[in-house]
Amino acid sequence: MIPARKILEADVVIVGGGIGGAMAAISAKEAGAERVVVLEKCNVRRSGSGATGNDHFSCYIPEVHGPDIEPVLKEAMGSLIGQNKDPGMIRLHLEESFDIVKKWEEWGINMRPLGKWNFQGHALPGKPRAFLKFDGRKQKAVLAEQMKKHGVQVLNHHPVVELAKKDGRIAGALALDIGTPEPGFVLVKSPNVIVSTGLTHRLYTNAATPSRMFNTSHCPNCAGGQALGWRAGAKMVNMEIPYTHAGIKYFQRAGKATWIGVYRYPDGRPLGPFVTKPDAEYGDVTADIWNTAFSDVMHNGSGPAYLDCSECTPDMLSYMRQAMFDEGLSALVHHMDDKSIDPGKYAVECMRYEPTLHGRGLDVDRDGRTSVPGLYAAGDLVGNAGCGLGLAAWLGWRAGKAAAGDARAVSGSAEELAAVPSIRTKMELLSAFMEREDGPDWQEANNALNQIMDDYAPAGPYKVRSESLLNAGLSYLAQLREETLSTLRTSCSHTLMRAAEVLDLFDCAEAIFHAALERRETRAAHKRSDYTFTNPLLADRMLDVFRAEDGTITAEWRNKR
Amino acid sequence: MPPVIDRNKCIGCGTCADICNSHIFVHDRAVDKVPHIKFPEECWHCDSCVIDCPKQAITLRIPLSYSLLHVNASTLKLKESK
Repeated sequence: MIPARKILEADVVIVGGGIGGAMAAISAKEAGAERVVVLEKCNVRRSGSGATGNDHFSCYIPEVHGPDIEPVLKEAMGSLIGQNKDPGMIRLHLEESFDIVKKWEEWGINMRPLGKWNFQGHALPGKPRAFLKFDGRKQKAVLAEQMKKHGVQVLNHHPVVELAKKDGRIAGALALDIGTPEPGFVLVKSPNVIVSTGLTHRLYTNAATPSRMFNTSHCPNCAGGQALGWRAGAKMVNMEIPYTHAGIKYFQRAGKATWIGVYRYPDGRPLGPFVTKPDAEYGDVTADIWNTAFSDVMHNGSGPAYLDCSECTPDMLSYMRQAMFDEGLSALVHHMDDKSIDPGKYAVECMRYEPTLHGRGLDVDRDGRTSVPGLYAAGDLVGNAGCGLGLAAWLGWRAGKAAAGDARAVSGSAEELAAVPSIRTKMELLSAFMEREDGPDWQEANNALNQIMDDYAPAGPYKVRSESLLNAGLSYLAQLREETLSTLRTSCSHTLMRAAEVLDLFDCAEAIFHAALERRETRAAHKRSDYTFTNPLLADRMLDVFRAEDGTITAEWRNKR
Repeated sequence: MPPVIDRNKCIGCGTCADICNSHIFVHDRAVDKVPHIKFPEECWHCDSCVIDCPKQAITLRIPLSYSLLHVNASTLKLKESK
């Protein structure tokens, strides 16, 4: 059995020290929680999708936008962050976002690299712009420093693999200590857990580099965190609506709005109707509006589609280069320098990436509370109000405050956590992985899952879902899970961490299959061959799925809030 | 092997191994001063190790399969004017 190295107690535990988790930790301390523990898979200074930067903070600033928030809200709802979200949540986010922005500036994050509030990109010409462009290069270092100043206890290299429930509410978390090659367990008793593990990659075969699953637009180590909530019985929303990011080919990277250019066909015609010349203010929003543009042009033979920045002025190109550093794209900039790919001379091909769970996952209230008492969520793993850095920072702040206020005692000793069924079972399973002398490794299981997802729960429009396909996929998933649990072998703490991620990915897949079965219509990239129409009656409805302790899975509809 | 460490510059501080987003390094000073890149295929190419190395001892080698597909932009304009 893998040894239990530490047993701790806390008032609030935060799973993941990215943007949402760091904000939750600081907020919980400011709201009076005494013992706030962050359990971080990597290192809070460089973890998550915001590791080296970000540059778009969804935000409403009255002195820029004017006194009426409605036009900005409308734009935000139509943008990548607002689609399929609760309007009330996005409104509240916008109302409170400037306070967060000012806080970040006060802490030392450069929110005005041009000396003014600068809104750019992801916008339709002539419409209000909802994304504040800032310099996020130091954001993680600043947030790490603030956590330290506030007395937050950070345990780096401690991925959480399971949550504990007692008497119907959250009771704590089980983490792996992967700071040494030999793994250890760490148990943290706490009445409140905030999960903020980011989006989920690695469910589907990598669209750019099928043999390289870590070539992803956002952090590839964010993989399956939604499953912590799923296994605890929390309601999940939007799981069946595929999210596909798009960008340059084949080096996957988020940040297409930082590029100042025009998407063009090979004959020079613009793909979209929005811009014909590079426009720094609005960017080219074509791929945001026409999500399948880059796969459509390959499918119908009119492509490939290129991003052409060659008509930028030298000043625009210089600015774009700086903005790429702000966004954390230094590796890409250096690679382009190394290969002499000057965006002023060369147009770069674009593509649509594989589906991820980005803004798909836990269904929360305005304080980040899930349907499970004591469990909160903030950031990209939130289904109804997550997707991007601004929402993560805002909801993390609210969730931390709420959790601090809700703090209460958990019965029993911290040691007794190990006897909670979900914890005991996971400790035994992971220990068995380490004790086996032979068996498949985690990559085999991850690849096998990718194949099932690609074939039986794919994103449209060129692949379909149907009742028979989805049911077949569920059956194959169950077979794969059973085989994996009984045979998988890991060799060290690192591969054990990956194996635990694969188990989480299985649960995310299960939730996707069930939600996709229930949504008997075609909507966005959820394309049902047996229900080819989009049902107007479902336009203002959201679909929750959740799993009860006895394993029963329920799907239920609710109105948008 | 995505990160490439210059042994002559590396001082063995272990920062890269500590902050790596993907845990691809193993640093055992008893074995080698320079961290070992044990899981290169799991590199996200986030650049954290390059940025944080106090001696600028690390560069990233981007895999061939990640190559940026590009064309001379003038070819797009020529066709447009036809």
